[in-house]
Amino acid sequence: MNDRTHSTAPLEWHPGGPSRVPYRTYVDPALHAIELERFFNHDHWAYVCLSCEIPNAGDFKRTWIGERQVIAVRDIDGTVSVLENHCAHRGAQFCQKDHGNATELVCPYHQWSYDLKGNLQGVPFLRGVKSNGRINGGMPGDFRKSDHGLTRLKVEEWNGVVFGSFDTAVAPLRDYLGPEITPWYERIFDGRSLTLLGYNRQRIPGNWKLMQENIKDPYHPGLLHTWFVTFGLWRADQKSSLVMDAHGRHAVMISSKNEGGKGDVTQGVTSFKENMTLKDARVLDVVPEPWWKGPTVTMLTLFPSVIIQQQVNSLSTRHIVPVGPDAFDFHWTHFGYAEDTPEMTRRRLRQANLFGPAGYVSADDGEVIEMQQAGFRQHPDYQTVSELGGRDIGSTDHNVSETLIRGMYGYYRKVMGV
Amino acid sequence: MNASANNLPSRLDPFLRAEIEDLYARYSACVDSGHYEAWPGFFTEACTYKVIPRENHERGLPLATLAFESRAMLEDRVYGITQTLFHQPYYQRHSVSGILITEVTSSGIAVEANYLVIRTRSKALSEVFNTGRYIDRVVREDGSLRFAEKCCVFDSEMIPNSIIYPI
Repeated sequence: MNDRTHSTAPLEWHPGGPSRVPYRTYVDPALHAIELERFFNHDHWAYVCLSCEIPNAGDFKRTWIGERQVIAVRDIDGTVSVLENHCAHRGAQFCQKDHGNATELVCPYHQWSYDLKGNLQGVPFLRGVKSNGRINGGMPGDFRKSDHGLTRLKVEEWNGVVFGSFDTAVAPLRDYLGPEITPWYERIFDGRSLTLLGYNRQRIPGNWKLMQENIKDPYHPGLLHTWFVTFGLWRADQKSSLVMDAHGRHAVMISSKNEGGKGDVTQGVTSFKENMTLKDARVLDVVPEPWWKGPTVTMLTLFPSVIIQQQVNSLSTRHIVPVGPDAFDFHWTHFGYAEDTPEMTRRRLRQANLFGPAGYVSADDGEVIEMQQAGFRQHPDYQTVSELGGRDIGSTDHNVSETLIRGMYGYYRKVMGV
Repeated sequence: MNASANNLPSRLDPFLRAEIEDLYARYSACVDSGHYEAWPGFFTEACTYKVIPRENHERGLPLATLAFESRAMLEDRVYGITQTLFHQPYYQRHSVSGILITEVTSSGIAVEANYLVIRTRSKALSEVFNTGRYIDRVVREDGSLRFAEKCCVFDSEMIPNSIIYPI
């Protein structure tokens, strides 16, 4: 391994501010460990799942926050607990099912059992084993089951989405999102019941922050993605705005599709295909929905763990699970609304062909992120340049700017002390 | 599976079986050779083609990684593969098991087969890319056997970044 990635020297950040990010930010295992601690274990909320994945008492789902595996489980009182998946006894990651229904959680190793809130209930041989008139073993007299529950996270379930935090002192979720982001969250998650359409999962060999940046970057979609520029789903001449929270960590890219076709923004853009038409256009059978109230696309980046997507009729959460500094797992959960007609469900599923690991648009993103990571590993002392629209940080009423990336790194530097 | 309960003739015509095996061999050769423009020709006009994670398939969740509903959509995919999708080029190599014919009815022949796709990028090691089971329906159209349905149910739910070429 390249020694530079392990350097203990302070990160050299450009004096100009967060528009230049040292490559080492993406490859250094020591920095990665600090990121997990500060962004995933403390002070932040993380995406867990949709409520409709665990609708009934006893339903559970296994997932991750940062690099820690957790179980989200709904109790008979209807509340959701999020519990870390390791037994309080000998540390075994006892839950080996992705989802299911349970009345209690039991570790197979020594049969320690927990209720659905993670309280330790059963300990075999707690008071010892009677044999030949005497009692052998047993836990010490001061052993209290209440001292040995599962790690239980702070949880909020907000209009159909479950969030969790290892930090019990974290701010309320609504405050965490902030007043700039909340209306966009509540536009998609307005309390209507959701339906689960299914999953896509991919391992992208790049640093987890690059996925946040990809969806804070309105510069690339009209250049990298032929489908977006040609069919007018996302390009630089659309009515757009970029919104960020007061910290610069969360953001929304908001835009309204246009008719596509030739224009100033397609000059010299090789991905633009003027004569491209679909032989079967049902994949792009877009039907506006009343709740859109205008924008055809809103991409929310909730730092650090999730992207919430509305791109025309396609809705999904994209969950970021870091796997060391050089990779992350990207879990897509597509959903609709319980009130959807069968036609609308079919439409959401057809448009899903644009997204995910094989999608006409999203497959490109995973590929370029892998190429970025390879570039960063070549020489960690170089730095990226994100200066489209200037070097300052703030919301905009157009999409020709990298301000959201700068906002994220302004926040990153503050939290990381770099 | 109780074969006798299905509409399996007691002895399937060996020539028909050989013809189906030939269809699978030609299909693999096509998608591995890079001649993607020939790929839609293996399907009927009103075909369905899906690449779906096993978890979605088994839980009855309708989302597929790719889901096409006509030969025209497959032709659009070929355009995507060859003209619009940016990706690192790779070789792929299909290895398909012997076929299992589960049903023969007037609406076609239900065929299943295991498959394994190895991906090899330029100057990189070969790696297991996607593995699963084809669940297909084959029909005779204009004298040739074609896929009316091809459903690729893959076990390898954690996709190594992206899937570009046809499975």
